[in-house]
Amino acid sequence: MRRRTALGYGTAALGAVGLTLFVGWWRVDGPGAPEPSRRLPLPLTEMDFRLTDHEGQPVGPETLVGRPTMVFFGFTFCPDVCPTTLSDISGWLDALGEEAGQMNVVFLSVDPDRDTVEAMAEYVGYFHPAIRGWTGAQDQIARAAEGFRASYERVPTDGGDYTMNHTASVFLFDAAGGFVSMIDYHEPREFAVPKIRRALEEETEGAT
Amino acid sequence: MTKLTIPLLATLVSLTLASGPTLAGSEDVVVEDAWARASIGVNRPGAAYMTIRNTGDEAVTLTGISTPLAMMPEIHESKTNAAGVSSMAPAGEITIAPGEAAELAPGGLHAMLMRLQEPMTEGESFALTLTFSDGGEVTVEVPILGIAARGPEG
Repeated sequence: MRRRTALGYGTAALGAVGLTLFVGWWRVDGPGAPEPSRRLPLPLTEMDFRLTDHEGQPVGPETLVGRPTMVFFGFTFCPDVCPTTLSDISGWLDALGEEAGQMNVVFLSVDPDRDTVEAMAEYVGYFHPAIRGWTGAQDQIARAAEGFRASYERVPTDGGDYTMNHTASVFLFDAAGGFVSMIDYHEPREFAVPKIRRALEEETEGAT
Repeated sequence: MTKLTIPLLATLVSLTLASGPTLAGSEDVVVEDAWARASIGVNRPGAAYMTIRNTGDEAVTLTGISTPLAMMPEIHESKTNAAGVSSMAPAGEITIAPGEAAELAPGGLHAMLMRLQEPMTEGESFALTLTFSDGGEVTVEVPILGIAARGPEG
């Protein structure tokens, strides 16, 4: 009886492995493969949008040029992915130590209806002090997202609320505003921190 | 490996025998490393994480959660697609095979706590009840860590 059960599980496990392989093929090489090449973000110098930071100061892409920059999209009513990204970033910045002070770090809201300047100020205060919160008018956020080639979408939930689907990658730019690389959501620290160092080093190269 | 497995199997078998005929097994569920992040006020939903381990020899199905802390608690799942876009949706029922565990961890499954009745304050804790398809319930006390916590250790 017990042996038969074990056999059954073995067969099920084999089936699961087969299915996983098939799904993997379908999504990577098969008909379900995504469109090749995600479009890369524009250089910051070619973007154009007007927003407000969490201290009420007017900001735009030009605010970021001159220092290496890290930008990510999110919203403060996000219970899982956004606090996790903010915690990850806080950890990366801690690992970088003093170098982190040379960077712009921007959390850009995709939910300005709920993320007022005050809401952003309250929220970013709980994370690394280098993190700035930017919000503003819907059309300006749409222009920012277009520049970063990021996407977001409002999705209704049960009970009349809504959540936001959004690009969860972290974008890295050098001090001249050129795009350097992207850190994917929840990428381990041993990959993320060297990518940030690269953005920091390109600043040094640009300066000499 | 084999040296370890045989006594382990023997223990499992004797435990099963000792506990007599079992029904559908939610009494064999063990919840480990439960934690939650503090909230800012009550307007934003909270999230709690844990490992739900099925130590029995029957599959168990988690059908729902409840807590005095939130009017609308639900298991949700975050997913990130190939284009890097994250989304979140109710996870539905979760079946845990014998000897397996469901991991509720940042960026994946989580207990989403909507309609908070009071703020989630760091240092406090709250009761969360898991309901299974056999009618069994498991209640766990969830410690509330800081808003920037990354795991059960803080």
